[in-house]
Amino acid sequence: MTLNTLKISEARDGLQAGKFTATELTESCLSAAEASAPLNAYIAHTPDLARAQAAEADKRLVAGDVPAMCGIPLGIKDLFATQDVQTQAGSAILQGFKPPYESTVTQNLWSSGAVMLGKLNMDEFAMGSSNETSTYGPVVNPWRRAGGANQDLTPGGSSGGSAAAVAADICLGAAGTDTGGSIRQPAAFTGIVGVKPTYGRCSRWGIVAFASSLDQAGPMAKSVRDAAIMLGAMAGHDPKDSTSADIPVPDFEAALTGDVRGKKIGIPREYRVDGMPDEIETLWTQGAEMLKDAGAQLVDISLPHTKYALPAYYVIAPAEASSNLARYDGVRFGHRAKIRQGEGITAMYERTRAEGFGAEVKRRVMIGAYVLSAGFYDAYYVRAQKVRTLIKRDFEQAYAQGIDAILTPSTPTAAFGLGEMADLDPIKMYMQDVFTVAVNMAGLPGVSVPVGLDQQGLPLGLQLIGQPWGEADMLNTAFALENAANFAHHAPKWW
Amino acid sequence: MSIDTDTARRVAHLARIEVSEADLAPLAKDLSRILDFMDELNEVDVSGVEPMTSVTPMALKQRQDVVTDGNRQQDILRNAPDAREGFFAVPKVVE
Repeated sequence: MTLNTLKISEARDGLQAGKFTATELTESCLSAAEASAPLNAYIAHTPDLARAQAAEADKRLVAGDVPAMCGIPLGIKDLFATQDVQTQAGSAILQGFKPPYESTVTQNLWSSGAVMLGKLNMDEFAMGSSNETSTYGPVVNPWRRAGGANQDLTPGGSSGGSAAAVAADICLGAAGTDTGGSIRQPAAFTGIVGVKPTYGRCSRWGIVAFASSLDQAGPMAKSVRDAAIMLGAMAGHDPKDSTSADIPVPDFEAALTGDVRGKKIGIPREYRVDGMPDEIETLWTQGAEMLKDAGAQLVDISLPHTKYALPAYYVIAPAEASSNLARYDGVRFGHRAKIRQGEGITAMYERTRAEGFGAEVKRRVMIGAYVLSAGFYDAYYVRAQKVRTLIKRDFEQAYAQGIDAILTPSTPTAAFGLGEMADLDPIKMYMQDVFTVAVNMAGLPGVSVPVGLDQQGLPLGLQLIGQPWGEADMLNTAFALENAANFAHHAPKWW
Repeated sequence: MSIDTDTARRVAHLARIEVSEADLAPLAKDLSRILDFMDELNEVDVSGVEPMTSVTPMALKQRQDVVTDGNRQQDILRNAPDAREGFFAVPKVVE
């Protein structure tokens, strides 16, 4: 048996039944991870730490002290600060940075018995939808087009390394983050499940900040059950993040009954966008029918401000990023540029940032500085925040009508080829977030579930959007969709 | 909204990012394209709408104003590109 191919739930049951040890499971994953270089998913391996954590998990298993993630090997997105382990957020400006502290979410996972295999590649500062903005180079999607001459495809982004690692069985689950779709879009591109929790469900402390009012950590896993188990371990109030909610974390796994009889599923008409491929439209209809067959009721709804979510996001996210990324100045950590005779500290700041940031990050930091600058603040930033109020109100009104969850496509396309978007204008890439970004703007939970393959044999996902703090109910609906879709496809191993 | 190279130069300096003269024109074009995209927001009637300040309505927690951490000078300095005698070192700021 190849232990690295197990789901988290299967591994947990096997460990508790004594069929194998956490050490054996970890060794299997370490071997698979070490042999995965062509995917470029891992940017750092931590085998010594993994073996120590696995040995600890084995002791706990013997002692009968078995927390939810005991002995489960995970990959961690490079955005999470991990103590004494390389943490660069995919950026050259954090070259050599090893945090003297651990993020709350990863600490929660380790406290729950999980094992860290290493750090996973991502778009620089989580800004991108294809993993091509990473200083480590792009991740390669384990999926390939049928008859596609083995062209390398993107796993999506920004959590592309996390998505590829789960899909390639080089970890059992992975931690990702989602600011505009960065968990759900790569999950859809790689045929896995990805959850963006309600804003405030998981602590942001120790996660390299991109856009603080939108960022949220979440699980990426091989099944809805695995995502539910992992989310339970990641979530919870943290006094170190004042926006983390001090409310109980429900037992998400216990909520997975698969019973959606009587649930009202909203189908928002504004998500039928121009130029959407027929197969995505078809998949969406099929997914809706699956939930209907399971006893749910489909309701046409309107979210009238949907089309403004993306432009509003591209004001608010860069504005917050320009502020958050001001700390990369070459003084306290990371890269510092050399200055010439006669130049001063401003030249040091400006050259450090010119050398350390990639093109997309520079673009967004400058856009952010512009929309926050005197004379433009009201026209762009305040207006975008007002539009954000309206976007959230759309969802509130739908839920006030009795809607339990909203079903939409996860992405407007299947995975595309690496380099295919390189010469297009930046807006083309931004359109990848068209179905996911409103969820972040409204602070809601969302989940992408793999539902089918396109004509080229690539995975496609559907998104369910839940009510605030309604992850348990949302995941149960996702579980019903997963059961009905019965997505049993797997990327063939070529690497 | 169109951005010229002078505005691009000013924005780059506001963002503390060095941009060579040759790169200003393509940068201005990129920024203009993104700002044009944002101009779609002008179609929305936002009269009487409050700008969002908090996505989840919640009262921020308060805590005792006491020291809870500290004495970690080595931790704080150890990632610095240039730290000397317990300080971050930077190029001379005052003549």
